[in-house]
Amino acid sequence: MEHLKIAGAIITLIGSLFVLFAAIGLLRMPDIYNRIQAGTKASTLGSILTLLGIGLYHPDWLLKIMLLIVFIVISNPVSSHVLGRAAHFAGILPSEKTHTNKLKEDTLETPTTKEEKK
Amino acid sequence: MANTLFTIAMLIVGLSFLLVTVRFLLGPSVVDRVVALDVLTISSIGLIVLLAHFLDRVIYVDVSIVYAILSFIGVIVIAKYLERSL
Amino acid sequence: MKIKAISIIFVILFAVWLILNNSVSIEYLISGAAIALLISFGFCKECAVFNDLRITPKAFIYTFIFLSVFLWELIKANFVMAKTVLSPSLPINPGIVRADTTLKSKMARLILANAITLTPGTFTIDIIGDTLYIHCVNVNIDDTEEYGKQAVRKFEKYLEVIYG
Repeated sequence: MEHLKIAGAIITLIGSLFVLFAAIGLLRMPDIYNRIQAGTKASTLGSILTLLGIGLYHPDWLLKIMLLIVFIVISNPVSSHVLGRAAHFAGILPSEKTHTNKLKEDTLETPTTKEEKK
Repeated sequence: MANTLFTIAMLIVGLSFLLVTVRFLLGPSVVDRVVALDVLTISSIGLIVLLAHFLDRVIYVDVSIVYAILSFIGVIVIAKYLERSL
Repeated sequence: MKIKAISIIFVILFAVWLILNNSVSIEYLISGAAIALLISFGFCKECAVFNDLRITPKAFIYTFIFLSVFLWELIKANFVMAKTVLSPSLPINPGIVRADTTLKSKMARLILANAITLTPGTFTIDIIGDTLYIHCVNVNIDDTEEYGKQAVRKFEKYLEVIYG
């Protein structure tokens, strides 16, 4: 029982480190798309591990925490995808390091046609 | 032993809060700020559950579930607004 | 087909209700079942997302394999991202590539896009028609099409079996 508690605490610590990596990535990345990548990925696993560690420490909370983890895994990629699309259609360009942009080639006309429809 | 590790984890999450807040203040565009807000809310879910451990109250886990749902809807609505489709 | 959608929504809602209440006394069971039934009847017309879900033993096995592959990729993604973020020179080589999918079901496409978003160095920006637009942190300059195809194929073969 004691071992499980220590293991839970260590898992929580690893999770908080991943949250820290997400924050560093958010600060260091050069453009919005790379920031979304760093922010969402690392913070997803970070919060999953943080919650799982506490779930191991308190086994009677585990079901609720599992529900929370499932919700995070479903919702986090959706919000990052929506933000990426919003950034693209708001006209924010990727950094100069980006050497291939197929989406821009294909949807050059899309924002204007969208407005005409309304 | 375990409580010390949890305290260190809480400090690390707090440090990352500070770093993300820097990006939130700097962010050249609105979307940068929204991404920073998203990361802040996701990591504050972990922080609320850590708080639930320290205060030993299971009701805070319910609070974090509601917070997760509300922040998800908030980010979707802001992104839809920025896309001019709301 | 309507019965299937109703029952799937009902099971999900009822399970969430039981977990949130954390008790199995008779009042909670009855009120939860009544509310879940009401909501699932109210929303079954709008909810076409579960129509393509196959409930067969093979689909269950493939769901399990898909989840384990996905979890492994998620862990790998985070270590790759941590390495990229912590290295002083920031070795990134970003690009947005095209990738076609053969999946027809809307739900399968949603799951595919979400799985790609959580795997190493890739993130789905948009789906137009049958084409996914994927932003990659490290893309091979010579063969951008192949890079996108690999990211899609990894999950597509499982989702093809689970959904029609």
